[in-house]
Amino acid sequence: MSETEPGHPLPPGEAGEAQEHEQTRVPRRVIGTPPPAQARILLADPEANGEPPAPRELPAGPDNPATAKTAERIVAALFLLSMLASIGFIAAYVGLEVHSVDATLRSNLALGLSMSVAFLAVAAGVVIWVRNIMPDVEQAEERHTFASSPQDRAAFEKTFTEGSEASGFVKRPLLRRTLIAASVPLAVAPLVILRDLGPLPGTTLRHTVWRKGTRMVVYGPNTPLRAADFSTPGQMITVAPEGYTENQDVLAKAVVIIIKFAPDQLVPNRPGHPGTIMNWTVDNIVAYSKICTHVGCPVALYEQTTHHILCPCHQSTFDATNGAQVLFGPAPRPLPQLPIGTDSQGFLIATSDFHEPVGPAFWELG
Amino acid sequence: MSWITARRRRPAAGYAVLLLGLIIVGVGYAALTTQGSPASAANPGVVSAQTIAQGKNLFEVSCSSCHGVDAGGTSQAPSLVGVGAAAVDFQMSTGRMPAKEIGPQVPEKPVTFTTQQIHAIAAYIASLGGGPTIPSAAQVSPVGANTALGQSLFITDCAQCHNFDGAGGALTNGRYAPALTHATPTQIYEAMLTGPEAMPVFSDTTITPAQKRDIIDYITRLRAEPNPGGFSLGRIGPVTEGLVGFIGGIGVLIFLAMWITMKRRGTNDERGTHDETAES
Repeated sequence: MSETEPGHPLPPGEAGEAQEHEQTRVPRRVIGTPPPAQARILLADPEANGEPPAPRELPAGPDNPATAKTAERIVAALFLLSMLASIGFIAAYVGLEVHSVDATLRSNLALGLSMSVAFLAVAAGVVIWVRNIMPDVEQAEERHTFASSPQDRAAFEKTFTEGSEASGFVKRPLLRRTLIAASVPLAVAPLVILRDLGPLPGTTLRHTVWRKGTRMVVYGPNTPLRAADFSTPGQMITVAPEGYTENQDVLAKAVVIIIKFAPDQLVPNRPGHPGTIMNWTVDNIVAYSKICTHVGCPVALYEQTTHHILCPCHQSTFDATNGAQVLFGPAPRPLPQLPIGTDSQGFLIATSDFHEPVGPAFWELG
Repeated sequence: MSWITARRRRPAAGYAVLLLGLIIVGVGYAALTTQGSPASAANPGVVSAQTIAQGKNLFEVSCSSCHGVDAGGTSQAPSLVGVGAAAVDFQMSTGRMPAKEIGPQVPEKPVTFTTQQIHAIAAYIASLGGGPTIPSAAQVSPVGANTALGQSLFITDCAQCHNFDGAGGALTNGRYAPALTHATPTQIYEAMLTGPEAMPVFSDTTITPAQKRDIIDYITRLRAEPNPGGFSLGRIGPVTEGLVGFIGGIGVLIFLAMWITMKRRGTNDERGTHDETAES
């Protein structure tokens, strides 16, 4: 009754109603917030219950006061050092120019050093604090169940049910359905954005720019190469299709290595015995794709003594005499061989595109 | 022995043993991988019949046991007819020949012949069947070379084996591509021209003499590049950086973590006995 104002005494019946009204209004809280803190006393007040105070869990002072005193000075010095380093960081940021490479290097050095010292000194100080000043005791911490009490759960359920009824979400299907209609396209929108991952490659992975008559040029100087100029067995060079030497997108698939062999070194392809397709060679010069069939690294570590072509990424090893069959490593298939010939002036040319896709396997390779 | 026994339970003993082990591994590795001093090459002299005769004598004494008296090769070593003076100069001026033993690859070692003797043997081998000649100083001079083209050629046709920075790399079955950190311009030229061991041949018709000079220019400039971090770490990329990070960085962190969690001796002993009595 103390809440009611003294100037307007209410009749007993009304006063009781008002109090009841107050009580029903008390749990006016938002869904998800904790219940009123009546029964949530975290630390009991021992004096109030008249019980003797519980024994200390932790000693009040350090194990070794003499060490602690020294440690305190060291820790304080480290904290001050950290403070100075932080001020130095600000000073270096404000004061040092960054408009040239050398100046940027100096600035980076100063900023990095000061920030390292600032963090390191605080960390070292904290470690020394813990080791030499705080008492060395082990403590066990009890675990409690995560579930809320049955009362809390019942209260939450009640609040939720009442809230859903009061909101009209169940009673007013028009609102409910239009809200769902509003959210569905919003959920679909991110899926539509995935379209930007495309377009699908189509058949582009199956072809390169090599065509009948495309000259091979030495990559770098971009000069065409005559078969007669590539005449010493043991030679190897990287070549690119003429006209595409500046197009990295094209070269990523079309780059080729050519290797010159001595007569009778090449193992011809026969039924049942895969090897080098001799019709696709010129005067014991063979052309293979430089793109590894594993994950597409450039394979060009060629050992002229063993005729092995190595991939530097995962050590796939191909036999260059034998149609680049896989000798070792994760590559799943030989390097594709490019059919080559010579044009009327004796320059090395491709006689067609590769007859199989170059590079790593892809989804539709089959 | 008693000295060790008395001290092996000390907290520092573990660190001392670990540190000692690391030092032994590090020093041992450094000692085993030390390479011979680089050889110098000079201009080829005028080839006379006398020089060829001197070369023949030297060949018969030092080379013929493996390569055959007529340099025609044996089961142990290849024929040298037609390999040319450049191949002889490369192999001998880098100390690879005469080889100590047959292995996956003949390593570099200190040169045992004078330049004049090497050129005499080269002249003798050249007299047997021609082949590439030793390049002159002007042929290998990087003056006026196109460094950009040299870089393009190097990263396309050299870097895959010799590393992007010329630090070398591993091949199959114990073979390796040597580092280009100390090869002379003449040796680089000769290596491209002759294709020693597993290296492919890059003849003058494929990579022209001017382009070879561009490559040499690029390699020599690459060596002169400063190391931004202060240490080169062998310039082989993430391998050494990872090693330093692992042993240096993570090792120190482990030590620190051990030190932080290590209990202090005096109080720990008291508490340890206290806990034991409490448990029992």
